[in-house]
Amino acid sequence: MAVAAVAVAEAPSEPHLLVQVGAIARRSITRTVRQRGLLVFPLLFPLILFAINGSALSSARRIPGFPHVGYGDFVLAVTFIQGALFVAVSAGTDLARDIESGFFNRLALTPLSGSALLAGQLGGALVIALIQSFIYLSVGVISGVTIASGLAGALVVILLSIVIAFGFAGLGSLLALRFGTGEAVQGFFPLLFVAVFLSSSSLPRNLIQVSWFREVATYNPVSYMIEGLRSLIITGWDGQALALGFGFALVLSAVTLSLAGAAMKNRLVRT
Amino acid sequence: MASAQPAIEVEQLTREFRKGPRAVDGIDLAVAPGEIYGFLGPNGAGKSTTVLMLTTLLPPTSGRARVGGHDIVHEGSRVRASIGAALQEAALDPILSGREHLRLQATLQGIAKADRDRRAQELLERVGLTEAADRRVGGYSGGMKRRLDLALALVHGPAILFLDEPTTGLDLQSRGALWQEVGRLAHDEGMTVFLTTQYLEEADALADRVGIIDHGKIVAEGTPTQLKAEIGSPSVEVTPVDPSAGEQLAEQLTRFGTIARDGRGSITVQLPEGDVQLAEVVRVLDQAELRVASLQLHQPTLDDVFLVKTGRKLEGAAEGPDEHSNGGAGGRSRRRGR
Repeated sequence: MAVAAVAVAEAPSEPHLLVQVGAIARRSITRTVRQRGLLVFPLLFPLILFAINGSALSSARRIPGFPHVGYGDFVLAVTFIQGALFVAVSAGTDLARDIESGFFNRLALTPLSGSALLAGQLGGALVIALIQSFIYLSVGVISGVTIASGLAGALVVILLSIVIAFGFAGLGSLLALRFGTGEAVQGFFPLLFVAVFLSSSSLPRNLIQVSWFREVATYNPVSYMIEGLRSLIITGWDGQALALGFGFALVLSAVTLSLAGAAMKNRLVRT
Repeated sequence: MASAQPAIEVEQLTREFRKGPRAVDGIDLAVAPGEIYGFLGPNGAGKSTTVLMLTTLLPPTSGRARVGGHDIVHEGSRVRASIGAALQEAALDPILSGREHLRLQATLQGIAKADRDRRAQELLERVGLTEAADRRVGGYSGGMKRRLDLALALVHGPAILFLDEPTTGLDLQSRGALWQEVGRLAHDEGMTVFLTTQYLEEADALADRVGIIDHGKIVAEGTPTQLKAEIGSPSVEVTPVDPSAGEQLAEQLTRFGTIARDGRGSITVQLPEGDVQLAEVVRVLDQAELRVASLQLHQPTLDDVFLVKTGRKLEGAAEGPDEHSNGGAGGRSRRRGR
């Protein structure tokens, strides 16, 4: 080790909240970009399901009352939700890994605030969600899907899918903070997929024949998020569907982020 | 190292875990500014729990402590501003480079943007990581990670440095380099260092004073020399060339005190008057015409001190779960499990 005098130029002061968020977000984004697996697999899996469902279940179009669109147009919205679930797992696992490795303790020894840490950590999730949305939309259009609401609607699809991803990422972070292990976050993942399955992901709610399934889908907030996205793709500008889609997505974000914030306070035990 | 106000001052500090033992049981200690204090004990003794409390990451159950003149419970942010800490297991992000770690730490410590890169470069030079600075930490060796960990703890120029088992798992060369750097920080720059270790030689080589902790209590404290002197005199171990000369050898050595045989032909005897008696031993063996294969003088070690104070050898004295599972800020769920 070389000898060199080390002196701090001036006494450090507590950094501004935005500087803290920016620093943590930069790290989160850098981590995400450098781990291609985090980008590629969450991206591919929903696209594979889109391709399979789009062709295998296309006969659903023959059900009386089914919207007069291709089945690919109908299920493209689900792709965004599945992508959001992967974002949730990625965000939660990243945070859990920091807790397990002790990196969280390192951050706790700095003046970093808990809310800045949480907001910054979600920065990576936001980037994945943004990239995913562009790609899902592009693949959909290339494969023949027509966005009924046009270019502006496509931008709203991206916006809504980001809000949804943020809500699920908050859930991932909550699980990480509550349980402190990546296994806990990943263990919850199948339940989220069940929630997507028990929604209007495959059929419009009014065409679901099994009554309990229809009931569950009606009470399942995921149905309304899917329908909000779907309305922009197959219907055009449907104010009610959009209000419900954004409403549930914002409520999900508010609830999960509030709970994650409380869990962060609990986890970030420092005097 | 007398000083009006200790850098670290601890009174009856206690940490009790739910459904668990008292990890730290009413300890008292004081560390003077510029002193290296070695906190020695086996795994599970309470070392890391003490560090977590003193670094504000774990609230104490009772007792009080001041670090850098600030109360660890009521002035946590001031304590954190005055300390640097490298906790056990270098907590680094394998995806980021060394330089990125330093920039992040500098930003979060509130160092002005214009100074961050310069500060990072200074510290990289200091710990000898300039060549590896832009490589991802995942590819660093254990020694490199520890050096980066130390650099990160120094980013904001703290007055007090906590090092929790900084050389565990390192090879001899890396360990020596880290000892040298820690010594320089304390002796050249006046930094106070609180160092936990389970290595006797580390405490012996590095610490100005040592506190030995066992089952959450400090069982001995003093300079390594004082502690060793407390438990008595050195001993000499003699191995004859001819194993059949054992009885004759024993007869000659008995005049110095009670002998102990090791079963392999070597005989050890205490030298109650100290090292000066070694020459006398040699003279006696020479006069008796005993040929000696080896003759070793053993000074009392901190392990002997530990043995006397606790009735156990330090090596293998760990009991119960690893104390590091106590957690700190990131370990709440584990603490609950105790």
